[in-house]
Amino acid sequence: MTPILESLFGGLSIASVLLLAALGLAIIFGLMGVINMAHGEFMMLGAYTTFVVQNALKKTPLSDIYILFALIAAFIVTALLGLILERGVVRYLYGRPLETLLATWGVSLILQQFIRSVSWQLMLGIAIFSALFFGALWFAGKRLDFERIRSWLIAIAIPISAAIAWFVCDILAKIYKLPFTKPWFGTQGVDVTAPRWLRGGLPIVEGYQLPYTRLFIIFLTVVCIAGIYWFLNNTPWGLRIRAVTQNRNMSACLGIPTQKVDALTFAIGSGLAGIAGCAVSLLGSVSSNIGQQYIVDTFMVVVVGGVGKLVGSIVAAISIGLLNYVVASNALKPLISFSPQLTAIADFFASGPMAKVVVFALIVLFLQIRPAGLFPQKGRTVDA
Amino acid sequence: MVETLEPAVEPRKGVKARKRRAFVMEVAIVAVIALLLLIVIPPLLSALGQGVRVNQLGRYLALAIAALGIDLIWGYTGLLSLGHGIFFALGGYALGMYLQLQLPAGQIPDFFSLYGVSELPAFWQPFYSFPFTLLAIWLIPTLVAAALGYLVFRNRIRGVYFSILTQAALIVFFNFFNGQQKLINGTNGLKTDTSTIFGMQASDPRIQTIFYVLSVLLLVAGYALCRWLTSGRMGRMLVAIRDDEPRVRFSGYNPTGFKVFVFAISAALAGIAGALYTVQSGIITPSSALSTAFSIEMVIWVAVGGRATLVGAIFGTLLVNFAKTLLSEQFPEIWLFFQGALFLAVVTILPNGIIGWLRTDGWFWLKSVLGRDRLSTYPSLETDPEVEYERENSGD
Repeated sequence: MTPILESLFGGLSIASVLLLAALGLAIIFGLMGVINMAHGEFMMLGAYTTFVVQNALKKTPLSDIYILFALIAAFIVTALLGLILERGVVRYLYGRPLETLLATWGVSLILQQFIRSVSWQLMLGIAIFSALFFGALWFAGKRLDFERIRSWLIAIAIPISAAIAWFVCDILAKIYKLPFTKPWFGTQGVDVTAPRWLRGGLPIVEGYQLPYTRLFIIFLTVVCIAGIYWFLNNTPWGLRIRAVTQNRNMSACLGIPTQKVDALTFAIGSGLAGIAGCAVSLLGSVSSNIGQQYIVDTFMVVVVGGVGKLVGSIVAAISIGLLNYVVASNALKPLISFSPQLTAIADFFASGPMAKVVVFALIVLFLQIRPAGLFPQKGRTVDA
Repeated sequence: MVETLEPAVEPRKGVKARKRRAFVMEVAIVAVIALLLLIVIPPLLSALGQGVRVNQLGRYLALAIAALGIDLIWGYTGLLSLGHGIFFALGGYALGMYLQLQLPAGQIPDFFSLYGVSELPAFWQPFYSFPFTLLAIWLIPTLVAAALGYLVFRNRIRGVYFSILTQAALIVFFNFFNGQQKLINGTNGLKTDTSTIFGMQASDPRIQTIFYVLSVLLLVAGYALCRWLTSGRMGRMLVAIRDDEPRVRFSGYNPTGFKVFVFAISAALAGIAGALYTVQSGIITPSSALSTAFSIEMVIWVAVGGRATLVGAIFGTLLVNFAKTLLSEQFPEIWLFFQGALFLAVVTILPNGIIGWLRTDGWFWLKSVLGRDRLSTYPSLETDPEVEYERENSGD
């Protein structure tokens, strides 16, 4: 009994993390058909936000329930960043999904390096640069011939503002030295400690207990899914999102502001990544490349689940999670012990990385039967 | 009996002659550049005290071969592969294994003893043979790509789905090469610089010169192959698949075969590139050749140079890689910021890349900045009195 329970729970807890991470991605991909390669980095930012909130509330009476504030803060931070990304980059690239993929990959590189080298110096530099650059644009925007000189203005304003920002920061760095230039997080990982009530576990059988953090993540996933379902099915904006997902042109004809829907969806999807990051930070040390560990698995969930229906992602995440755990922990060993060859094969693949090999092979096989995923959107377009 | 279709009208003689002249011209230019790379640049760099750069140039020329393959599938056929590191690494590991086996009879490479392996794994055996290795360098990637491509394209999986699947395949290969210490030395990779080839150490300058020359020659050969593939009917087919695949299907063609073929060709190019790069840099590790970042970097070389321009792929590779070397020598932290900005800029501002921009708008832009050329319109407009009138009276 215990091994079955153990693998069920282990698989479920992998699945819940996967699902939480894939949820935002699935919504964005379903709506706009773009893959957000920076999704993993949004998770990473959510995890770092949790770390910051934890440290900020350490000495206060709220330190026991810091995780609730961290969830909200992580959602807000990443949702805002997602909004900036959509308004700043992605919206210019609609209809060109491969270019979007490359552009968001660029964003993910920048975010990774940003977390490593962010310091007061860098933040001040960015602030000065933005103030000068956008100030200049705003100032010039009053001129009548703004459209004509715009590209020249941008070409001139970027190097000048950058040079000024660099110069100021360099001088300040020489005056204030280390406190000013020291990176906030550095290249080393940071550790988030779970609040006291999440330590330990729920004993079920003798010698085996369910860790509270894992239970908390499963609970969080359920809450998020319920929230998203409620939002999509019971609110006006949810209705609009579903409409645009089904048929963008028709929705636009009927007066739905598709641009606003895109922005909102991207923000919500990114916010969910932030919540996922908050959850992931409870499981272990957080470093700047944590997003890369999750991103491909979450993509697989979306690919297997099919576009447009969340239930596909849920089923896909649970199956991939269970499969991953069962192969990696070699849980089926007692069942196949009659054949030495099978046991040898199972032993060969019984590790985290090698389990992924099996899962991937099975996914490719699965796509031979159902190329469009578990729950494809039915339609008559050739491009289905 | 099948009748051949004759064109209804013979192309005019002038057109044929012009095409011929353009062809001769192109061959001449390629030959001059190749000779420059072979004869002039290495001594020049050495004379300037930049001898290291010759080795870098050789490596980047090898990478340019892989970039040609990427351009073939992405620029021409519209398939964005994020997993070309697989084929690059397969080629590199094939040559690496051959070099590891250049030992006195009865010995096996050192690293095996670290993991308590006393017998050579079976799949290493064929790599004793040099001809087999030469074949394996490009044939194994080709076969892997053909199998993967067939399974994927048969089901009309394309666009971002294809990209994601290739990236997942890359992770799978990474896990395999990274985790199997007993088979392939895991994380540490294979070192090639201390083993012997043609009776000399692989890091010997003479051997390195040979590989430099080989890189240039194979790059020229790869360019010729891609140019030949993309200029005729095959090239038009690929572009058609890129621009409107359903319509190609409706016209009675099956795109699957073309896609598998071109994917396999580009994998072969990547395999050759991997072998040449490995032997010139002295080591191949899973974390360098099989990382997701490296495979996406390959795409950005092509994007910077210009998609669907083969020259652009080569030019972009050299440009980005030298920028990377120079920048990360000076400020290691800035490189990632710069690379990220490069991805953003090339996608939003220069979607056709540098060469593509020069071929379309850039030339006119340069001319108009230099004041050499007026805005060109249709010739008939220039003589239209109404247009003249509007121009004179609009006050612009």
